[in-house]
Amino acid sequence: MSEPQAARLVLGPFNRVEGDLEVALDIRDGHVARAEVSSPLYRGFERMLEGRDPRDALVITPRVCGICSISQSAAAAAALGDAMGLKPTRQGAAMTALIHAAENAADHLAHFHLFFMPDFARPDYARKSWHARTVERFTALEGSAQRSAVEARTKLLHVMGLLAGKWPHTLAIQPGGVTRAPGLSEKARLQATLRSFRRYLEGVLFGGKLEDFAAIASIEGLMRWTSGDAGLFLEIAQDLGLHSLGRGAGRYLSYGAYKLENGPVFAAGVWEGRWKPLDTRAIVEDLTHAWMRGGAAHPWDGATEPDEAMGAPAYSWCKAPRLDGRTFEVGALARQVVDGHPLAVALAGGGVLARVAGRLLELARTQIVMERLAAEIEPGAPYMARGELPHAGRGAGLVEAARGALGHWLRIERGRIAGYQIIAPTTWNFSPRDGSGMPGPLEAALEGIAVDGPGALAVQHVVRSFDPCMVCTVH
Amino acid sequence: MTSLLWLQAAGCGGCTMSLLCAEDPGVLELLEDAGIRVLWHPALSVETGTEARAILDDVAQGRVELDILCVEGAVARGPAGTGRFQMLSGTGESLMHWVERIAARARHVVAVGSCAAYGGVTAAGGNPSDAVGLQYDGAHAGGLFARGWRSRSGLPVVNIAGCPTHPGWVAETLVLLASGEFPALDGYGRPRFYADHLVHHGCPRNEFYEYKASARELSEIGCMMENLGCIGTQAVGDCNIRPWNGVGSCTRGGYPCINCTAPCFEDPAHAFVETPKIAGFPVGLPTDMPKAWFMALASLSKAATPDRIGRNARADRIVVPPTLRQPK
Repeated sequence: MSEPQAARLVLGPFNRVEGDLEVALDIRDGHVARAEVSSPLYRGFERMLEGRDPRDALVITPRVCGICSISQSAAAAAALGDAMGLKPTRQGAAMTALIHAAENAADHLAHFHLFFMPDFARPDYARKSWHARTVERFTALEGSAQRSAVEARTKLLHVMGLLAGKWPHTLAIQPGGVTRAPGLSEKARLQATLRSFRRYLEGVLFGGKLEDFAAIASIEGLMRWTSGDAGLFLEIAQDLGLHSLGRGAGRYLSYGAYKLENGPVFAAGVWEGRWKPLDTRAIVEDLTHAWMRGGAAHPWDGATEPDEAMGAPAYSWCKAPRLDGRTFEVGALARQVVDGHPLAVALAGGGVLARVAGRLLELARTQIVMERLAAEIEPGAPYMARGELPHAGRGAGLVEAARGALGHWLRIERGRIAGYQIIAPTTWNFSPRDGSGMPGPLEAALEGIAVDGPGALAVQHVVRSFDPCMVCTVH
Repeated sequence: MTSLLWLQAAGCGGCTMSLLCAEDPGVLELLEDAGIRVLWHPALSVETGTEARAILDDVAQGRVELDILCVEGAVARGPAGTGRFQMLSGTGESLMHWVERIAARARHVVAVGSCAAYGGVTAAGGNPSDAVGLQYDGAHAGGLFARGWRSRSGLPVVNIAGCPTHPGWVAETLVLLASGEFPALDGYGRPRFYADHLVHHGCPRNEFYEYKASARELSEIGCMMENLGCIGTQAVGDCNIRPWNGVGSCTRGGYPCINCTAPCFEDPAHAFVETPKIAGFPVGLPTDMPKAWFMALASLSKAATPDRIGRNARADRIVVPPTLRQPK
């Protein structure tokens, strides 16, 4: 018997994630014994906002992130609207939803093709029956699937040119609705753009009807889907056992996506074996392992005071959000589980396959939602409601970014921003440990994974399966 | 072949996201056709961890020739000048340090976006991370690099300012540099091919501007200069000449130009969507317009505003169509 071998492996620069990420692994007997996930960039957006006109949040917060920019806009607009006691008009809310859904769909597409799949084209998998096809489709910068996805995404983002001026970083989304009222020409053009995107999705990514993919209700049914690049991924997932790789704790949270007049398109709530209502008052950000000074607090009372000495035991600029003292996973899978989709519910608690399939499922469902929103555009309806900002007050804006639950908590005093706290999706997923030593969701998912070489390929798959957005995480 | 390395400093990654929206051809084809080989891009390349570190080391130590270094995002110098607000993960060194080392090896250095050029939004509101641009600190020449700094080609940093940058601005700059042609730069280091235009040029609200028929609230289609903070008559950029995302621009989207191609746009000293005024007149006048003439013409044209234009300016769509003319 030889002694157990212990070593520390630091993975970085960890690329093909949005922003900066470092993952440190303690390896024992070839397996991850402990993982520390670090967000190594601090910019201080919450501090930049203090003292400004509250409306400036609509300019500043989208620039937290160039990939979830619309989500940040929507959260800021919702927080301001909450403080103003103002709701968007019915069609204003629908156009906000359409703009937001287009960003989320574009992000899902970019994640799958540009960030996640290229790892399967690595020579490490050269002996696999699917490797040659994967090289042809997904080699970084060159793969044929990558190129057609970039083109399809670019054309889908014409939705932004038509409704939001530009992407990223629009001012089109406001507390009362949207700044541009679409007419008949825009309605026709949006529908044409979406039909073209459906042609791409059905012809290339899914190789079948979106409605058929969205109707899959079980993991067995999912694994029988063999067409398109989705089918290639499922073949790889089956072969490599990606369902059990990097399993989550099975606790999911969603604020509810695309809030229309009658409620969100995808439901809000938490999932712990069954659906429960979400009580956001139970959210606390713990700072014990973040380079931040101060104590644990709800975001209404939270502050962002960087510890410039970057002292131990902290190892990240990321705070550790907890709900009722527990970690929760957020993202497309979480949204679809909380919404009660049968396939997502069957995948709950799963690993890499569950997260990536959750995203594919949501992409198919989101396209159908976008088509409905475009078809229901009413030229001539009011797209913007007006209101007044309070001299003092507060408001919360809770939305669903591509990567999961995004919250803005705004306090206004003497007509200026007195406090602004943001909890981004990856703040939940990639949080460091809390005061009780409980690791964040990614840290927990990495424990026990076999590390086969310096690249730790299995670890790469697990990390990217969360689709982290690190620029949002710390902001 | 032209080699290109892309580093993401303290920014949002939005300029890469915008570049991916390049059209006819898409960015991947465009780079390939121009003979540009991407040594490494943090969002797009397969190499990660030790593989990526090896590429960066090779370039930093001169073992691999670097033609174009693109930096996206401002350089965080804090805390206390250490650069530790942004460590390049896995390397134990700040991104600031890496940019200094690699820029010294690069034939051309390109600042992609207003953050990399001037500090931008990363430097907003008290500048918590002590961020600067590569060769500017806001509007002051001299950022991470001194005012007189030149890359190996003899050029200063090329500032493709914008928040985000238009994919065409980046694409054209890279294609020009790869073919050995240097774009002429304006007084803030921006390529003149887009910075010699004003956002006002081609703005669909120009007829409203002519009569100072102004929108008073967002979503109204009148000119946004008088009340809603639009500075398209002063901001450089061909945003209304070449469309964004197919057919868009800020003013086409119904919201004001906030001058995102300019140094210090992030802290305008008033709310972005409100025009500061003195005696009822906007403080900022259209570029190159004498104040007395502006006031005289504005008063006159306001008085001459046709009913159609005045009513449309206050609506969220055209409510009064142009009068039909009978052919003679």
